[in-house]
Amino acid sequence: MPYSLDQVLIVMPAKNEEAVVGNTVAEVKNVLPEATVLVISDGSTDRTAERARTAGADVLELPINLGVGGAMRLGFRYAHLHGFPVMVQLDSDGQHNPANVPGLVNLLDAANVAIGARFAGVGEYKVRGPRMWAMRALSTTLSLATGTRLTDTTSGFKAHDSTAISLYKDDFPAEYLGDTIEALVIGHRGGLKFTQLAVEMRERAGGVPSQNAWKSTKYLGRAFAALGLALIRPGAKNSR
Amino acid sequence: MNGMPLISYIFSIAAAVLVLAVVLTLLLKKRLRERHALWWLIIGVLALIAAIFPRVLENTAQMLGILLPISLVFFVGIIVLFIASVQHSAELTDLEEKARTLAEQHALLEKRLRDLEHAPFYKDEDDAGASSDDCDQ
Repeated sequence: MPYSLDQVLIVMPAKNEEAVVGNTVAEVKNVLPEATVLVISDGSTDRTAERARTAGADVLELPINLGVGGAMRLGFRYAHLHGFPVMVQLDSDGQHNPANVPGLVNLLDAANVAIGARFAGVGEYKVRGPRMWAMRALSTTLSLATGTRLTDTTSGFKAHDSTAISLYKDDFPAEYLGDTIEALVIGHRGGLKFTQLAVEMRERAGGVPSQNAWKSTKYLGRAFAALGLALIRPGAKNSR
Repeated sequence: MNGMPLISYIFSIAAAVLVLAVVLTLLLKKRLRERHALWWLIIGVLALIAAIFPRVLENTAQMLGILLPISLVFFVGIIVLFIASVQHSAELTDLEEKARTLAEQHALLEKRLRDLEHAPFYKDEDDAGASSDDCDQ
Protein backbone atom coordinates (compact mmCIF):
# COMPACT_ATOMS: atom_id res chain seq x y z
CA MET A 1 0.00 0.00 0.00
CA PRO A 2 1.53 3.32 -1.11
CA TYR A 3 -0.06 5.32 1.70
CA SER A 4 -1.04 4.54 5.25
CA LEU A 5 -4.59 5.26 6.28
CA ASP A 6 -3.63 8.03 8.68
CA GLN A 7 -2.52 10.03 5.64
CA VAL A 8 -6.02 9.81 4.21
CA LEU A 9 -8.57 12.61 4.48
CA ILE A 10 -12.10 11.43 3.84
CA VAL A 11 -14.36 14.23 2.63
CA MET A 12 -18.11 13.90 2.75
CA PRO A 13 -20.16 16.70 1.24
CA ALA A 14 -23.52 16.83 2.98
CA LYS A 15 -26.55 18.99 2.46
CA ASN A 16 -29.36 18.54 4.96
CA GLU A 17 -28.42 14.95 5.78
CA GLU A 18 -29.04 15.06 9.53
CA ALA A 19 -30.91 11.76 9.34
CA VAL A 20 -27.99 9.75 8.00
CA VAL A 21 -24.73 11.67 8.38
CA GLY A 22 -24.16 10.54 11.97
CA ASN A 23 -24.38 6.86 11.08
CA THR A 24 -22.23 7.26 7.99
CA VAL A 25 -19.49 9.06 9.94
CA ALA A 26 -19.66 6.46 12.70
CA GLU A 27 -19.35 3.65 10.18
CA VAL A 28 -16.40 5.24 8.40
CA LYS A 29 -14.62 5.84 11.68
CA ASN A 30 -15.32 2.27 12.70
CA VAL A 31 -14.04 0.73 9.46
CA LEU A 32 -11.14 3.19 9.00
CA PRO A 33 -10.19 4.36 12.49
CA GLU A 34 -6.88 5.94 11.41
CA ALA A 35 -8.35 8.11 8.67
CA THR A 36 -9.45 11.71 9.23
CA VAL A 37 -13.11 12.31 8.43
CA LEU A 38 -14.19 15.75 7.25
CA VAL A 39 -17.85 16.52 6.70
CA ILE A 40 -18.55 19.62 4.63
CA SER A 41 -22.00 20.90 5.38
CA ASP A 42 -23.07 22.58 2.17
CA GLY A 43 -25.36 25.31 3.39
CA SER A 44 -27.40 22.86 5.45
CA THR A 45 -30.36 24.32 7.29
CA ASP A 46 -30.79 21.33 9.57
CA ARG A 47 -28.49 19.83 12.21
CA THR A 48 -26.14 18.07 9.78
CA ALA A 49 -23.03 19.77 11.17
CA GLU A 50 -23.95 19.04 14.77
CA ARG A 51 -24.69 15.36 14.08
CA ALA A 52 -21.45 14.94 12.18
CA ARG A 53 -19.46 16.64 14.95
CA THR A 54 -21.08 14.46 17.61
CA ALA A 55 -20.19 11.38 15.56
CA GLY A 56 -16.57 12.49 15.68
CA ALA A 57 -15.98 14.10 12.30
CA ASP A 58 -14.20 17.37 11.62
CA VAL A 59 -16.78 19.73 10.17
CA LEU A 60 -16.60 22.67 7.80
CA GLU A 61 -19.80 24.65 7.48
CA LEU A 62 -20.38 26.52 4.25
CA PRO A 63 -22.69 29.45 5.01
CA ILE A 64 -24.32 29.21 1.57
CA ASN A 65 -25.13 26.25 -0.65
CA LEU A 66 -22.45 25.81 -3.30
CA GLY A 67 -23.31 22.38 -4.70
CA VAL A 68 -21.21 19.22 -4.50
CA GLY A 69 -18.44 20.72 -6.63
CA GLY A 70 -18.26 23.77 -4.38
CA ALA A 71 -18.03 21.64 -1.27
CA MET A 72 -15.40 19.43 -2.89
CA ARG A 73 -13.12 22.31 -3.84
CA LEU A 74 -13.15 23.30 -0.19
CA GLY A 75 -12.27 19.68 0.61
CA PHE A 76 -9.30 19.83 -1.76
CA ARG A 77 -8.20 23.12 -0.21
CA TYR A 78 -8.45 21.68 3.28
CA ALA A 79 -6.43 18.60 2.25
CA HIS A 80 -3.80 20.85 0.71
CA LEU A 81 -3.75 23.22 3.68
CA HIS A 82 -3.26 20.42 6.18
CA GLY A 83 -0.86 18.41 4.05
CA PHE A 84 -2.91 15.28 3.47
CA PRO A 85 -1.37 13.38 0.52
CA VAL A 86 -4.63 11.52 -0.15
CA MET A 87 -8.19 12.75 -0.27
CA VAL A 88 -11.13 10.42 -0.71
CA GLN A 89 -14.58 11.70 -1.59
CA LEU A 90 -17.43 9.72 -0.09
CA ASP A 91 -21.19 10.30 -0.09
CA SER A 92 -22.70 11.19 3.24
CA ASP A 93 -25.85 9.15 2.65
CA GLY A 94 -24.17 5.78 3.12
CA GLN A 95 -24.22 4.73 -0.54
CA HIS A 96 -20.51 4.08 -0.61
CA ASN A 97 -18.94 1.30 1.41
CA PRO A 98 -15.96 2.62 3.39
CA ALA A 99 -14.43 -0.86 3.21
CA ASN A 100 -13.58 -0.03 -0.42
CA VAL A 101 -11.41 2.94 0.56
CA PRO A 102 -8.14 0.99 1.06
CA GLY A 103 -8.65 -0.62 -2.34
CA LEU A 104 -9.07 2.78 -3.98
CA VAL A 105 -6.10 4.27 -2.15
CA ASN A 106 -3.94 1.31 -3.22
CA LEU A 107 -4.54 2.21 -6.85
CA LEU A 108 -2.94 5.62 -6.30
CA ASP A 109 0.57 4.22 -6.73
CA ALA A 110 -0.12 3.99 -10.46
CA ALA A 111 -2.71 6.74 -10.97
CA ASN A 112 -3.59 10.18 -9.62
CA VAL A 113 -7.30 9.57 -9.32
CA ALA A 114 -9.03 6.27 -8.56
CA ILE A 115 -12.78 6.12 -9.17
CA GLY A 116 -15.08 3.71 -7.39
CA ALA A 117 -17.27 2.58 -10.28
CA ARG A 118 -20.68 1.04 -10.45
CA PHE A 119 -21.56 -0.94 -13.59
CA ALA A 120 -18.17 -2.60 -13.53
CA GLY A 121 -19.57 -6.03 -12.85
CA VAL A 122 -19.91 -5.81 -9.10
CA GLY A 123 -23.13 -5.07 -7.28
CA GLU A 124 -26.69 -4.56 -8.30
CA TYR A 125 -26.92 -0.86 -8.98
CA LYS A 126 -29.14 -0.33 -11.99
CA VAL A 127 -30.51 2.65 -13.86
CA ARG A 128 -32.75 2.53 -16.89
CA GLY A 129 -33.87 4.56 -19.88
CA PRO A 130 -32.42 7.93 -20.86
CA ARG A 131 -30.33 8.16 -17.73
CA MET A 132 -28.59 4.88 -18.55
CA TRP A 133 -28.05 5.92 -22.19
CA ALA A 134 -26.61 9.19 -21.02
CA MET A 135 -24.26 7.49 -18.58
CA ARG A 136 -23.15 5.01 -21.25
CA ALA A 137 -22.51 7.72 -23.82
CA LEU A 138 -20.63 9.79 -21.26
CA SER A 139 -18.49 6.82 -20.27
CA THR A 140 -17.62 6.02 -23.87
CA THR A 141 -16.74 9.61 -24.73
CA LEU A 142 -14.70 10.19 -21.58
CA SER A 143 -12.95 6.83 -21.86
CA LEU A 144 -11.86 7.80 -25.35
CA ALA A 145 -10.86 11.29 -24.23
CA THR A 146 -8.81 10.13 -21.24
CA GLY A 147 -7.48 6.95 -22.81
CA THR A 148 -8.60 4.87 -19.80
CA ARG A 149 -11.63 2.65 -19.61
CA LEU A 150 -14.05 4.39 -17.26
CA THR A 151 -17.46 2.85 -16.79
CA ASP A 152 -18.89 5.25 -14.23
CA THR A 153 -18.00 8.84 -14.93
CA THR A 154 -20.59 10.31 -12.59
CA SER A 155 -19.41 8.42 -9.53
CA GLY A 156 -19.00 10.45 -6.35
CA PHE A 157 -16.60 7.91 -4.84
CA LYS A 158 -13.06 8.94 -5.76
CA ALA A 159 -9.57 8.89 -4.28
CA HIS A 160 -7.08 11.64 -5.19
CA ASP A 161 -3.33 11.88 -4.67
CA SER A 162 -1.43 15.09 -3.94
CA THR A 163 -0.99 15.94 -7.63
CA ALA A 164 -4.74 15.77 -8.15
CA ILE A 165 -5.35 17.70 -4.92
CA SER A 166 -3.14 20.60 -5.94
CA LEU A 167 -4.76 20.75 -9.38
CA TYR A 168 -8.34 20.59 -8.13
CA LYS A 169 -7.89 22.96 -5.18
CA ASP A 170 -7.72 25.81 -7.71
CA ASP A 171 -9.99 24.53 -10.43
CA PHE A 172 -12.95 22.43 -9.45
CA PRO A 173 -16.23 23.38 -11.08
CA ALA A 174 -19.23 24.14 -8.88
CA GLU A 175 -21.76 23.68 -11.67
CA TYR A 176 -24.22 20.83 -11.66
CA LEU A 177 -22.35 17.67 -12.81
CA GLY A 178 -19.19 19.75 -13.01
CA ASP A 179 -17.75 17.84 -10.09
CA THR A 180 -17.84 14.62 -12.10
CA ILE A 181 -17.76 15.11 -15.86
CA GLU A 182 -15.96 18.41 -16.16
CA ALA A 183 -13.58 17.45 -13.35
CA LEU A 184 -12.49 14.44 -15.41
CA VAL A 185 -11.77 16.63 -18.41
CA ILE A 186 -9.93 19.21 -16.29
CA GLY A 187 -7.91 16.45 -14.69
CA HIS A 188 -7.03 14.91 -18.01
CA ARG A 189 -5.96 18.29 -19.39
CA GLY A 190 -3.88 18.81 -16.27
CA GLY A 191 -2.08 15.55 -16.98
CA LEU A 192 -3.73 13.39 -14.30
CA LYS A 193 -3.97 9.64 -14.74
CA PHE A 194 -7.27 7.99 -13.93
CA THR A 195 -8.13 4.46 -13.02
CA GLN A 196 -11.17 2.73 -11.58
CA LEU A 197 -12.13 0.05 -9.12
CA ALA A 198 -15.35 -1.92 -9.36
CA VAL A 199 -17.38 -1.30 -6.23
CA GLU A 200 -20.81 -2.16 -5.00
CA MET A 201 -23.20 0.65 -4.25
CA ARG A 202 -25.60 0.20 -1.40
CA GLU A 203 -29.10 1.50 -0.97
CA ARG A 204 -29.20 5.08 0.12
CA ALA A 205 -29.80 5.18 3.83
CA GLY A 206 -32.06 8.19 3.42
CA GLY A 207 -33.35 10.62 0.84
CA VAL A 208 -35.04 9.89 -2.45
CA PRO A 209 -33.14 9.10 -5.65
CA SER A 210 -34.25 11.21 -8.58
CA GLN A 211 -35.70 8.94 -11.24
CA ASN A 212 -38.48 10.25 -13.39
CA ALA A 213 -38.70 10.91 -17.10
CA TRP A 214 -38.49 14.69 -16.92
CA LYS A 215 -35.57 14.67 -14.51
CA SER A 216 -33.78 12.07 -16.62
CA THR A 217 -34.18 14.17 -19.72
CA LYS A 218 -32.91 17.24 -17.94
CA TYR A 219 -30.01 15.21 -16.62
CA LEU A 220 -29.17 14.01 -20.13
CA GLY A 221 -29.21 17.51 -21.55
CA ARG A 222 -27.15 19.02 -18.77
CA ALA A 223 -24.67 16.15 -18.79
CA PHE A 224 -23.92 16.65 -22.45
CA ALA A 225 -23.85 20.42 -22.14
CA ALA A 226 -21.30 20.00 -19.34
CA LEU A 227 -19.26 17.54 -21.39
CA GLY A 228 -19.35 19.59 -24.57
CA LEU A 229 -18.34 22.79 -22.78
CA ALA A 230 -15.58 21.03 -20.88
CA LEU A 231 -14.14 19.58 -24.07
CA ILE A 232 -14.10 22.80 -26.09
CA ARG A 233 -13.05 25.10 -23.26
CA PRO A 234 -9.39 26.04 -23.62
CA GLY A 235 -7.60 24.29 -20.79
CA ALA A 236 -5.22 25.97 -18.37
CA LYS A 237 -2.49 23.58 -19.37
CA ASN A 238 -2.59 20.71 -21.78
CA SER A 239 -1.27 17.31 -20.85
CA ARG A 240 0.96 17.06 -23.90
CA MET B 1 -38.44 69.02 -38.96
CA ASN B 2 -40.01 67.73 -42.16
CA GLY B 3 -43.49 67.03 -40.91
CA MET B 4 -42.59 65.74 -37.45
CA PRO B 5 -45.15 67.14 -35.00
CA LEU B 6 -43.66 69.42 -32.38
CA ILE B 7 -45.12 67.35 -29.58
CA SER B 8 -43.28 64.17 -30.57
CA TYR B 9 -40.08 66.17 -31.10
CA ILE B 10 -40.30 67.45 -27.55
CA PHE B 11 -41.33 64.07 -26.26
CA SER B 12 -38.32 62.28 -27.72
CA ILE B 13 -35.92 64.89 -26.33
CA ALA B 14 -37.57 64.63 -22.92
CA ALA B 15 -37.24 60.83 -22.98
CA ALA B 16 -33.54 61.02 -23.83
CA VAL B 17 -32.93 63.65 -21.16
CA LEU B 18 -34.78 61.52 -18.62
CA VAL B 19 -32.54 58.51 -19.40
CA LEU B 20 -29.41 60.62 -18.99
CA ALA B 21 -30.72 62.27 -15.83
CA VAL B 22 -31.48 58.93 -14.19
CA VAL B 23 -28.08 57.48 -15.07
CA LEU B 24 -26.19 60.60 -14.00
CA THR B 25 -28.10 60.86 -10.74
CA LEU B 26 -27.32 57.26 -9.89
CA LEU B 27 -23.69 57.85 -10.82
CA LEU B 28 -23.44 60.94 -8.61
CA LYS B 29 -25.11 59.14 -5.71
CA LYS B 30 -22.63 56.28 -6.23
CA ARG B 31 -25.50 53.86 -6.68
CA LEU B 32 -23.97 52.94 -10.04
CA ARG B 33 -20.34 52.34 -10.86
CA GLU B 34 -18.85 53.91 -13.98
CA ARG B 35 -18.26 50.69 -15.85
CA HIS B 36 -21.88 49.65 -15.38
CA ALA B 37 -23.11 53.09 -16.36
CA LEU B 38 -21.18 53.15 -19.66
CA TRP B 39 -23.77 51.38 -21.78
CA TRP B 40 -26.67 53.38 -20.37
CA LEU B 41 -24.78 56.61 -20.99
CA ILE B 42 -24.14 55.54 -24.59
CA ILE B 43 -27.85 54.83 -25.06
CA GLY B 44 -28.81 58.17 -23.51
CA VAL B 45 -26.37 60.22 -25.57
CA LEU B 46 -27.34 58.47 -28.83
CA ALA B 47 -31.02 58.96 -28.03
CA LEU B 48 -30.46 62.62 -27.28
CA ILE B 49 -28.59 63.20 -30.55
CA ALA B 50 -31.29 61.41 -32.52
CA ALA B 51 -34.00 63.35 -30.70
CA ILE B 52 -32.51 66.81 -31.23
CA PHE B 53 -31.29 66.19 -34.78
CA PRO B 54 -33.64 63.71 -36.44
CA ARG B 55 -31.73 64.44 -39.66
CA VAL B 56 -28.68 62.64 -38.29
CA LEU B 57 -30.73 59.53 -37.73
CA GLU B 58 -32.36 59.75 -41.16
CA ASN B 59 -29.06 60.28 -42.95
CA THR B 60 -27.31 57.49 -41.10
CA ALA B 61 -30.15 55.11 -41.90
CA GLN B 62 -30.03 56.11 -45.54
CA MET B 63 -26.28 55.65 -45.62
CA LEU B 64 -26.63 52.15 -44.27
CA GLY B 65 -29.39 51.36 -46.72
CA ILE B 66 -32.04 51.10 -44.03
CA LEU B 67 -35.45 52.20 -45.31
CA LEU B 68 -37.08 53.23 -42.06
CA PRO B 69 -34.91 55.30 -39.70
CA ILE B 70 -36.83 53.85 -36.76
CA SER B 71 -35.43 50.39 -37.67
CA LEU B 72 -31.97 51.79 -37.02
CA VAL B 73 -33.11 52.96 -33.57
CA PHE B 74 -34.42 49.50 -32.72
CA PHE B 75 -31.34 47.81 -34.15
CA VAL B 76 -28.84 49.89 -32.20
CA GLY B 77 -31.05 49.68 -29.09
CA ILE B 78 -31.17 45.90 -29.21
CA ILE B 79 -27.42 45.59 -29.80
CA VAL B 80 -26.55 47.83 -26.86
CA LEU B 81 -29.06 46.10 -24.57
CA PHE B 82 -27.67 42.74 -25.64
CA ILE B 83 -24.10 43.73 -24.84
CA ALA B 84 -25.12 45.22 -21.49
CA SER B 85 -27.03 42.08 -20.59
CA VAL B 86 -24.18 39.74 -21.51
CA GLN B 87 -21.81 41.92 -19.53
CA HIS B 88 -24.09 41.58 -16.52
CA SER B 89 -24.10 37.78 -16.87
CA ALA B 90 -20.32 37.80 -16.94
CA GLU B 91 -20.17 40.03 -13.86
CA LEU B 92 -22.64 37.71 -12.13
CA THR B 93 -20.36 34.75 -12.81
CA ASP B 94 -17.51 36.75 -11.35
CA LEU B 95 -19.50 37.58 -8.26
CA GLU B 96 -20.50 33.94 -7.81
CA GLU B 97 -16.86 32.93 -7.82
CA LYS B 98 -16.09 35.61 -5.25
CA ALA B 99 -18.99 34.50 -3.05
CA ARG B 100 -17.75 30.92 -3.36
CA THR B 101 -14.25 31.86 -2.24
CA LEU B 102 -15.60 33.90 0.66
CA ALA B 103 -17.82 31.01 1.74
CA GLU B 104 -14.79 28.69 1.70
CA GLN B 105 -12.72 31.11 3.76
CA HIS B 106 -15.61 31.58 6.16
CA ALA B 107 -15.94 27.83 6.68
CA LEU B 108 -12.19 27.39 7.25
CA LEU B 109 -12.01 30.30 9.71
CA GLU B 110 -15.12 29.16 11.53
CA LYS B 111 -13.54 25.76 12.12
CA ARG B 112 -10.27 27.31 13.25
CA LEU B 113 -12.12 29.50 15.71
CA ARG B 114 -14.15 26.58 17.02
CA ASP B 115 -11.00 24.47 17.43
CA LEU B 116 -9.30 27.32 19.27
CA GLU B 117 -12.23 27.82 21.59
CA HIS B 118 -12.21 24.16 22.46
CA ALA B 119 -8.46 23.90 22.84
CA PRO B 120 -7.59 23.13 26.48
CA PHE B 121 -5.12 26.02 26.91
CA TYR B 122 -7.45 28.67 25.57
CA LYS B 123 -9.36 29.27 28.81
CA ASP B 124 -6.20 30.03 30.82
CA GLU B 125 -5.05 32.86 28.59
CA ASP B 126 -8.53 34.19 28.25
CA ASP B 127 -8.43 37.21 30.52
CA ALA B 128 -4.69 37.84 30.30
CA GLY B 129 -3.89 38.76 26.73
CA ALA B 130 -6.74 37.76 24.45
CA SER B 131 -8.05 41.26 23.87
CA SER B 132 -4.74 42.72 22.76
CA ASP B 133 -3.76 40.17 20.12
CA ASP B 134 -6.98 38.75 18.77
CA CYS B 135 -7.08 40.94 15.68
CA ASP B 136 -3.63 40.16 14.33
CA GLN B 137 -4.79 38.22 11.33
